[in-house]
Amino acid sequence: MGNVPTTVKHCLSYEQLIEDYPWLRRWLQEDKEIVPTGVKIQLIDMLSGTGLSVIEATSFVSSKWVPQMADHTDVLRGIQKASNVQYPVLTPNLQGFQDAVAAGATEVAVFGSASETFSKKNINCSVDESMLRFEEVINAAKKRQIPVRGYVSCALGCPHEGHIEPSKVAEVAKRLYEMGCYEISLGDTIGIGTPGSMLKMLQRVMKDVPINALAVHCHDTYGQALPNILTALQMGVSVVDSAVAGLGGCPYARGSSGNVSTEDVLYMLHGMGIETGVNIAKVIEAGSFICSALSRKTNSKVAQARSTACCDESL
Amino acid sequence: MATVMKLVHRSALTSLMGQHCLSFSSAAAHRAAGIRAGQALPGKVKIVEVGPRDGLQNEKTLVPTEAKIKLINMLSESGLSVIEATSFVSPKWVPQMADQVEVMKGISRKPGVTYQVLTPNLQGFQAAVKAGAPEVAIFGAASELFSKKNINCSVDESLQRFDEVMKAAKEAGVPVRGYVSCVVGCPYEGKVAPEKVAHVAKRLYSMGCYEISLGDTIGVGTPGSMAQMLEAVTKEVPVSALAVHCHDTYGQALANILVALQMGISVVDSSVAGLGGCPYAQGASGNVSTEDVVYMLHGLGIETGVDLSKLMDAGAFICRTLNRKTSSKVAQAACKL
Repeated sequence: MGNVPTTVKHCLSYEQLIEDYPWLRRWLQEDKEIVPTGVKIQLIDMLSGTGLSVIEATSFVSSKWVPQMADHTDVLRGIQKASNVQYPVLTPNLQGFQDAVAAGATEVAVFGSASETFSKKNINCSVDESMLRFEEVINAAKKRQIPVRGYVSCALGCPHEGHIEPSKVAEVAKRLYEMGCYEISLGDTIGIGTPGSMLKMLQRVMKDVPINALAVHCHDTYGQALPNILTALQMGVSVVDSAVAGLGGCPYARGSSGNVSTEDVLYMLHGMGIETGVNIAKVIEAGSFICSALSRKTNSKVAQARSTACCDESL
Repeated sequence: MATVMKLVHRSALTSLMGQHCLSFSSAAAHRAAGIRAGQALPGKVKIVEVGPRDGLQNEKTLVPTEAKIKLINMLSESGLSVIEATSFVSPKWVPQMADQVEVMKGISRKPGVTYQVLTPNLQGFQAAVKAGAPEVAIFGAASELFSKKNINCSVDESLQRFDEVMKAAKEAGVPVRGYVSCVVGCPYEGKVAPEKVAHVAKRLYSMGCYEISLGDTIGVGTPGSMAQMLEAVTKEVPVSALAVHCHDTYGQALANILVALQMGISVVDSSVAGLGGCPYAQGASGNVSTEDVVYMLHGLGIETGVDLSKLMDAGAFICRTLNRKTSSKVAQAACKL
């Protein structure tokens, strides 16, 4: 609504100046050092003890594209899988799926896009072509009774195309759902969405995909993640993606934040009386661990406030 | 690694993943989630820009008078209609505001913009009027301990002090805005009862304040506690006379502002570049950034009259002057070249 041209113009200007990395390299943008496998395993093990029921552990993409995820097999085999936690892994194609299964994966995820240009620039194929690839993965997964989660990126805007029509988001979400994804996570990839655009997008998508099969994946690049999540909750969405300590910047606005912090989301949800089963103090601990390992500050405002507060506040 | 938080909706009792039932702990917290998304929001929101006063007051670096004047002038040009320019407190307590008279006399007053100043007592009020202040503000607290620790008197005693200011302001025809601090939490008392907030807000309103700004002083509020508090206050003070002043210390400010809008509030306080940290959590953020608020409001189709670009210019200017990074995520995202 009105915001998009100004902000996307900035994103595009940046885009023109930097080398055109595939979207899968986003993990490299912020954290240039490869995180040791042992650290990743420890992080996941700490998160497993917090009460979280789903932890996206790694990605079975080619290590040529995402060196950070080269140790995917070692990570999946090394973690202590808690019985009440799912550990989905990204599998962009059949090869990745087969490698994931061989490594013991019991849930996988595929990533579609609501933007044709984003799809072409990042995975070098159209949205339709990507759906064919995912269909192979989903069919193989069905045979093994492995659940598949679908993601739709650029659900509220694209760094290349700008505004994305809610009907396009609905179309891609519907395809993934009908192909067999049990849940569709709608991602505001560059964080430009607001409660206004979130509302419109969800209203449209909900016509084609049941609300209890929807999740939101909000980025906090423009500080809008929590009000966007609140809007989604008010519309009946009950699954929220987030990242401990707000790990992961935005490759389209260098230095800007990306993922919303799990700690900040939990603070809001608990403050609203919504149960998550998650112990926020343990998540803060896990966040503190990984930030220390990465030598960086947390992006979570809750974690920052808790570490410096001189008084007691109830959480 | 991303985590996926499954909060189970009450209706999704038998889902594939075997989730637990959702429960709400109170009717008002339920209300925050149960408010329909997109239900009638105000068509226009007035932003009260507190950066030059509340913001700068909490910054350690002393800002030269000319820089303050330039900041206020840039903010005036951005379309804001209310700017909290300075504070007539004793320079002994707040050195940052020692140049209060020079600032008031030095700014270019744009027609249509109100330049509010803080006046903690009658002496401050008189000095403010003499310096040409067209509007003043007074501060109450919803927490007894906070009141005692900060201004060394009880809430009732502070309101009595303000009586003098109110009388003088009425005689001079000067509008007075009232602030209530600690509306959803206090650094000393912890939780604050919504009824206490309603009581203080009602007193200020009955005394003659045209508007009451409800402040989440330490930023601990969430949409749950915000909704509870506003429900209690709106029983005592008309919603058209209320404003919210949310701090972003726990990242909740925009979500809290959204709930306030959904409950009929149409006046929001904020600070350019998110100036002003939290004195109770060193290094943590304080005021919510005006840029981020305006971005959200415009995205909701709500008019503010503010030109976001010009606002960001003002934010960039004051951050250069203070040699600090902006706290606004919109400004950070937009300036990545």
